[in-house]
Amino acid sequence: MTSVRTRPATVRRAAHQAPRRRSPRWTALAFLTPLVLYLIAFYAYPLYRNIDLSVHDYTPRAFVQGDPEFTGLDNYVNILSDDTFLRALSNTALFTLGSIAVQYALGLALAVFFHRHFRLSVALRAMFLVPWLLPLIVSASTWSWMLNSENGIVNAALQAFGIGQINWLTSPDTSLLAVTIANIWLGIPFNLVILYAGLQTISADLYEAAGLDGANAWQRFWRITFPLLRPVSAITLLLGLIYTLKVVDIIWIMTKGGPADASTTLAIWSYREAFGTGQPDFSPAAAVGNLLILIAFAAGLVHVRLQRREERG
Amino acid sequence: MKSSWRTVLGIVLVAVMLFPVYWMFNVSLTKTSDMRADPPHWFPWDPTFEGYTAALGQQLPALATSLFIGLGTVALTLVVSLPAGYALAKLRPLGARGIDFLLLVAQMIPAVVMAMGFYAIYIRLGMLNTVAGLIVADSTLAVPFGVLLFRAFMASIPGELMAAAQIDGASTWRTFRSIILPLSRNSVITVSLFAFLWAWSDFIFASTLNRNSDVIPITLGIFRYIGNNTTQWNSIMATAVIASIPAAFLLVLAQRYIAAGVTAGAVKD
Repeated sequence: MTSVRTRPATVRRAAHQAPRRRSPRWTALAFLTPLVLYLIAFYAYPLYRNIDLSVHDYTPRAFVQGDPEFTGLDNYVNILSDDTFLRALSNTALFTLGSIAVQYALGLALAVFFHRHFRLSVALRAMFLVPWLLPLIVSASTWSWMLNSENGIVNAALQAFGIGQINWLTSPDTSLLAVTIANIWLGIPFNLVILYAGLQTISADLYEAAGLDGANAWQRFWRITFPLLRPVSAITLLLGLIYTLKVVDIIWIMTKGGPADASTTLAIWSYREAFGTGQPDFSPAAAVGNLLILIAFAAGLVHVRLQRREERG
Repeated sequence: MKSSWRTVLGIVLVAVMLFPVYWMFNVSLTKTSDMRADPPHWFPWDPTFEGYTAALGQQLPALATSLFIGLGTVALTLVVSLPAGYALAKLRPLGARGIDFLLLVAQMIPAVVMAMGFYAIYIRLGMLNTVAGLIVADSTLAVPFGVLLFRAFMASIPGELMAAAQIDGASTWRTFRSIILPLSRNSVITVSLFAFLWAWSDFIFASTLNRNSDVIPITLGIFRYIGNNTTQWNSIMATAVIASIPAAFLLVLAQRYIAAGVTAGAVKD
């Protein structure tokens, strides 16, 4: 073993004649050390603690004393058989898929619209970034007030069309829809920017040739833009999926997951169990959180695969 | 002249998109007595600054805390991610692919999971409700992004520049400090802006790791405001307007850095 390992180093040194004082590999490691320590201390360790939480019964008292009871997979069995689980799972699916589908469609439409340069197009496109830059608490509280049942501007506008009062945030029928609408609004800028950048990579010659062949705008979109944009679209949708799965702020600020569980997603459920009630229940919360990580990783693997395929050709 | 209809349509679309932002302004200037008018007032004909007076009177410490946390997060993010970006881009370290993968995975972890992990760690270290603890937690939002952006940018710096420096006898550290860092100015700005904005906007870490503290960031300030007095919406919206200043600043003065940041990592050029 030793001889095999040392030989390449000897050969390399002989080839260079003048050995450096320090091997470049060690220098590289020195520059990487802060990051490696950081990842271990502030990513790996919190994640480990989270798994640890999920396989013990951490009551607030056990937290302080550090002597929780080991319960194996009990917490996982409990959350999977909890009534909230199916509700949270289907809410997560509706919220996530609804959000990314509409964000993508609107983002793409806007990207195509802004792709042609016109007066003020750059400035107007920049204005679309605003929702994405605002702190979520700002957007969420603004939407809360706009959707307020008695004094909200949305209901006032709907009244003009003869539609009666809708209790957006307080009715179990509409609260999930309300937070999804707010989340779509937040996600449009991200989709617009990425899809717009994707459009820039499509050669103008193709459109010119299609124009000469008499293709109209509609045909140009479906025959050229959409197919050539597919790799970028796939990445946009997957990143949207991963981001949307994690969303807590906007829902918590607007509805706290309610009424009852009407707008509770897996992330909200986890947050509520751990931090949202007077009685923190970290162990089931951590189990829900780990389940969420598994779903996100599954999406992430698809993302990595797509990116590799794109790099290859 | 054919394209003028596009400009008109573009303005209409922006108006629709930014209506909530307008509404925030409008409500922030509305008198408390007009708040529940039916129909609501569409324009602040008779504006009041009582909301802003209240907001500044009560939320100034929270704004200062957020500013401090934001700057601390920027510093920590740069210290960790600049050397790492350099190593990954130029020094061919062992395990570079592994680190790439870890950074990608790190960005997928839900913040609520990180918050629970940090909570469990901080409760033992006595770091709950501390500004330092919040800076560390907030930096996890920006470090993977920073490393990936710096690596992508530094990879585009010509190797000849580094080779020339090395022939002149510069150490790797010296090359990094005198050649790589000055050339990376724009990407340093981009990463700093985003790290600041994310720390400034953070709600999840603040509401979990700092919830019993007297020293709270502005996001938590607004959240407590909503909980305490639901009638004072002009004060809440005034605080929201003030909390949006960094975002407005970024949009006006640093727009090109933003576009660089959003597309980094998502679309290859």
